[in-house]
Amino acid sequence: MKVKKVLVLGSGAIRIGQAGEFDYSGSQCIKALREEGIKVILINPNIATIQTSKELADKVYFLPVRTDFVEKVIQKEKPDGIMLMFGGQTALNCGVELHEQGILRKHNVKVLGTPVESIILTEDRKLFARKLREIGVKTPKSRAVRTMTAAINAAKKIGYPVMVRAAYALGGKGSGVAKDERELEGLADKALSAARQILVEEYLGGWKEIEYEVVRDSFDNCITVCNMENFDPLGIHTGESIVVAPSQTLTDKEYHSLRTIAIKVIRALGIVGECNIQYALDPNSDDYRIIEVNARLSRSSALASKATGYPLAFIAAKLGLGHNLTELPNMVTKKTFACFEPALDYLVLKIPRWDLEKFRRVKKQIGTEMKSVGEVMAIGRKFEEALQKAIRMLGQGMNGLTGNTLPFDNLSEELRQPTDKRVFAVGEAVRQGRSIEEIHRLSGIDPWFLAKIQNIIGLETDLSKGHMTASLLRRAKRYGFSDRQIGLLQNKSEEAVYRARKKRNILPVIRQIDTLAAEYPAKTNYLYLTYNGQDHDITSSEKKTVIVLGSGAYRIGSSVEFDWCAVTAVQTLKKLGYHTVMINYNPETVSTDYDICDRLYFDELSFETVRDIYEMEQPLGLILSVGGQIPNNLAMACQREGMRILGTSPQSIDNAENRHRFSAILDRLGIDQPPWKELTTVREAKRFAEKVGYPVLIRPSYVLSGSAMNVAFDDRTLERYLKEATEVSKEHPVVITRFIMNAKEIEIDAVAKKGTLVAYAISEHIENAGVHSGDATMVFPPQNLYLETIRRIKRITKAIAKEFNITGPLNIQFIAKKNRIGVIELNLRASRSFPFVSKVSKVNFIGLATKAIMGKRARTTMSMLNIDYVGVKAPQFSFSRLSGADPVLSVEMSSTGEVACMGDDLNEAFLKAVLAVDMNLPRKDVLVSVGGERNKYRALEDVRKLHQIGYRIYATEHTAAFLRKRGIRSTMLYKAHNRHKKDNVLSYLKTGKIDLAVFIADEFNKDVVEDEYLLRRTAVDFSVPLVTNLQLFHTFVDALADHADERLQVKSWGEYK
Amino acid sequence: MIFEGVSFGHPKSAAGEVVFNTGMVGYPQSLTDPSYRGQILTFTYPLIGNYGVPGDELDEFSLEKHFESSGIHVQGMIIDDYTERPSHWTAKKTLGAWLKEQEIPGLYGIDTRALTKTLREKGVMLGKIIIDREAGFDDPNRRDLVKEVSPDRIRTYAQKGSRMTVVVVDCGCKNNIIRELLKRGVNVIRVPYDYDFTGLTYDGALISNGPGDPKKCVKTIEHIRKAMAQEKPLFGICLGNQLTALAAGGNTYKLKYGHRSQNQPAYLVGTRRCFITAQNHGFAVDDKTLPEGWDPWFRNLNDNTNEGIRHRTRPFFTVQFHPEAMAGPNDTNFLFDDFIKIIEEHR
Repeated sequence: MKVKKVLVLGSGAIRIGQAGEFDYSGSQCIKALREEGIKVILINPNIATIQTSKELADKVYFLPVRTDFVEKVIQKEKPDGIMLMFGGQTALNCGVELHEQGILRKHNVKVLGTPVESIILTEDRKLFARKLREIGVKTPKSRAVRTMTAAINAAKKIGYPVMVRAAYALGGKGSGVAKDERELEGLADKALSAARQILVEEYLGGWKEIEYEVVRDSFDNCITVCNMENFDPLGIHTGESIVVAPSQTLTDKEYHSLRTIAIKVIRALGIVGECNIQYALDPNSDDYRIIEVNARLSRSSALASKATGYPLAFIAAKLGLGHNLTELPNMVTKKTFACFEPALDYLVLKIPRWDLEKFRRVKKQIGTEMKSVGEVMAIGRKFEEALQKAIRMLGQGMNGLTGNTLPFDNLSEELRQPTDKRVFAVGEAVRQGRSIEEIHRLSGIDPWFLAKIQNIIGLETDLSKGHMTASLLRRAKRYGFSDRQIGLLQNKSEEAVYRARKKRNILPVIRQIDTLAAEYPAKTNYLYLTYNGQDHDITSSEKKTVIVLGSGAYRIGSSVEFDWCAVTAVQTLKKLGYHTVMINYNPETVSTDYDICDRLYFDELSFETVRDIYEMEQPLGLILSVGGQIPNNLAMACQREGMRILGTSPQSIDNAENRHRFSAILDRLGIDQPPWKELTTVREAKRFAEKVGYPVLIRPSYVLSGSAMNVAFDDRTLERYLKEATEVSKEHPVVITRFIMNAKEIEIDAVAKKGTLVAYAISEHIENAGVHSGDATMVFPPQNLYLETIRRIKRITKAIAKEFNITGPLNIQFIAKKNRIGVIELNLRASRSFPFVSKVSKVNFIGLATKAIMGKRARTTMSMLNIDYVGVKAPQFSFSRLSGADPVLSVEMSSTGEVACMGDDLNEAFLKAVLAVDMNLPRKDVLVSVGGERNKYRALEDVRKLHQIGYRIYATEHTAAFLRKRGIRSTMLYKAHNRHKKDNVLSYLKTGKIDLAVFIADEFNKDVVEDEYLLRRTAVDFSVPLVTNLQLFHTFVDALADHADERLQVKSWGEYK
Repeated sequence: MIFEGVSFGHPKSAAGEVVFNTGMVGYPQSLTDPSYRGQILTFTYPLIGNYGVPGDELDEFSLEKHFESSGIHVQGMIIDDYTERPSHWTAKKTLGAWLKEQEIPGLYGIDTRALTKTLREKGVMLGKIIIDREAGFDDPNRRDLVKEVSPDRIRTYAQKGSRMTVVVVDCGCKNNIIRELLKRGVNVIRVPYDYDFTGLTYDGALISNGPGDPKKCVKTIEHIRKAMAQEKPLFGICLGNQLTALAAGGNTYKLKYGHRSQNQPAYLVGTRRCFITAQNHGFAVDDKTLPEGWDPWFRNLNDNTNEGIRHRTRPFFTVQFHPEAMAGPNDTNFLFDDFIKIIEEHR
């Protein structure tokens, strides 16, 4: 039977362990289905994704990916097929539940591709190990247990050290290595709270970690598309590892015997489509284990797709429909078929991106749990080249493996207990003359990789000693040194190095990723630059070309939203008839799919690389305003070198980014802003703080997501934060402003053309100012603003658009208290909320902005006030993955992703959004702990309301006493320090007696109280929904009191009119 | 066209036919594959030498455990990024040291993609590696390459309790073909390429791989024709496919740049089954010229060239690819099982 209507499950918000790769896989799946005339229904609350754009699915539901909502969508849409493999672990788990509850059978929905039975086989460790044993394939000694006693017994049988992990978990959540029984107890306790079943396993630390991406069709044709090798030995999660493709240290025998096993396994499991197989390989013998099989598209499969040019997700979707590999075309060569294995004539290297410094108290060591928030991929013909490119791509100020100032207090310890800086530690160890053998012994990293790092350090020495000859310069470029890096080592400017190499004709060549290593001519537009080559694979285009810069690695503050913006800009340009070039290097994105643009350069977004590409492509100009902060920061440098920047002028961008100049302009325009001062000395800063009164906000210029932004409440903290801020932004001024308490935060996203406003959308934050806008819950259109406020915001925006002569996207953040409105920040680029307001309003702000930038007609008749429904955007936090991190909100952003849902009113939309970020609504038991007298008063009526509508209230000592005096009965629980007391709050949290924890800290007491931290952290560790903000609590209670949970409607995007 | 690189092997000039291989692993196997006789081998994949070179110990059948023959057969080796410090538990020496030991020149630092593109567009061509002195071009295809790599005497591998005997006509046979047979418990008689094996007592014959133009092996073709009359199972690999086609009355031709890689899809004609195969050949069977009674068996999914033929009624079947792998995927290893089964059925 041929299916006509297919339901695709998305992966929801981006979080650690489940990121943008599922926008890529979902989008490809939808394209593959649509191509066959199949109607596609998509459920995904991640509104910033490309897959939820108008052009892709026939119908989109911005709803939580949960069985209750999915069943309702099935009832309504009556699809005949469902795809479970494209939405990460979220979709997979949901699919298994739908199957187990008989929902799919009941509604006659056929699972396309890999059957659920196979999924269960791969997810249930016991069944998995048994199945593999049957076919003679080795897995680690492992025992699945459900109790602590069983875990201890299992460990005794297997022998310490053992690995502990939770079944059905993504990103190694709740996993770790236990050296003894004490450590085992700690780990098992946590893991058992997160999963029904945990695994105690043989520990294979120090083995090589190898992965294969395997494809099978329903005719039993099997191929492996790519294999990958981890730079880091087993013991470090593959998501935390530096990974290379193809494998580098495997012989033919190893490569192909693991490949043969992979095919045997995919056949035995009965997978149709794609799976990822992870191996441990003994570095001293033929011995191996299969660690894991992921019967779905994964982060690794996205990487493999980008590494090889083989569109894994697209093909997997086609195979799910019953196609045969031999009849599907190879989309890269367009001359051959999908049934082949890519041969590479380059290597790729992936490095994860961590943002650990954004979190307080988080452990910096990397290990079996995933903590990284994004990744980059570099392509080169030398390992050294790819490694250095990738390090720069991380965008954390590193110039490559060398040319950085990174002191290590204890190098041996750093090598033994790696952190996110370990690759630099290896470089430093080589520099200090430690032998490869010693570094290998400490770090477990294969000597092959270490020898390559030694090559880089060798060249660093040559560069810092030697005269710049043509051959040295060429060698340095071939080993991936940037102009700037060479300049640092040679005491020359970046520009001088550029001129020197240009004079000697040392320029990169353009190479194609063609899947067949040049064996067949390919029409592919998938490109990278290298100095390890003598000719270009392609010539520059004669057409009217526009280059769009992407957003680089996903990190806190810059994620899939900017990918949506970049892709939308390219699509608009294409429609307008331009030849489009995209530059980006994030393997998790849709923008790096080569069918999006006319030419894709999978390469650095550095000034150097952009200039090289600009010179080769000779475009009409660059669009820098749709890729977030990275491209935006290049504006001035690009213009200085004569490149044409399309849209708002770089001078204006600079005036907005430089806080000092920006504030001065606002003063001149008579626009209100919180009192500010540029920092010169600490003494002056203190004097300013005294004058305007604490608290004050400290912020460096040119940063995104509030890096090193802090609120100081006294002289002591002021001093500390100032130091942090100057470290982050050495080249730019640091500004202090008065921090206004209890004020509302409002944002406007808009498009202007030649200084005139074309379209705008105003959103309000539920949380008061002080919570970073990326962590705030946003409402659009605003539901609680005075018309007067809206009018004033619009008037200010118009004035700013005119003053900065804006053409393109802009975003302004306002602070409002009573009727006073001040501007906090102006971004002359697309903001994080562009996809949200575009999709809720159904006016494509990026489409308009692109038209404006290209000087085309850009108009809309949309009026915000005519929208009869509400969109709520909620942040997704990943605290549970960051061991020890304090889950408290501040001016520095800490959420990893977001969702947005729509509803007929605020309450409905809000509850949907809350559910979509995995927060279960409380059934009965709510724990309240409010710090500070003022906060207690503010929370009082909400707690009362909760009590009145039938919730049982638990409260910590002071809060309970406060409530009792005001006639609210609550059960008193002792705080953490009274551990011995029976009714201790921690034990209640740990044993699942609390459905919702409301912990409001006293904002004036910024020295985090240990007790409060412990409460918050315990809630996170034991998966208890947590609210730490008063306004959010208020909205939550309002929605519950309104019984909005009883009318959560299942309406598609199109039904909101 | 001139490419400049750095010598890392034997410092001696050499000449031959330049070909490329796109495999990403298996340089010890490729270099010792007798089918590369007379050729300068370019590795398109840039990073080579990573896991060094293993020792030359023999396995339980007295075959070199890690190599496809007892020495390197290429005239020279061209790569881009050479690893001077290999890392592997089986590594005994570096690739460079091995090349020196075997007196084979090698160059690194060459843009092997550019070279591959040239060969793809212009076809395989003669080339020379100039290191110590100017050298003339040397066209190996004018020589009798098979003769150079074929043994000059019969070698017998007898096994206890063996059920059957297979004759392998060694036209430059890779070790692993012999090993795959021996692993299945059969006796093997390995005969020189021009030996008339039809007089031997045997249950099945395997015509091996080998270098160069199949049409030069006149005697072998004659013997195959003779063997066909005996109606015993006949299996051919690579050159063996071409020789069998010629013996049957079909024709062969030279490909523009051949198939040398580990990712060639070969589909079973008339089905939707496809296998990933390792290949190393410059000539191919024109399966449109096959006489009555013969069918194409496998074809290449990429360019539809012939990948194997079989007889409709008699137990003759040959493949262009390498089911014995080394280097390459093992997906068609079952063909050896099939061969043994068919021999059993025909006894």
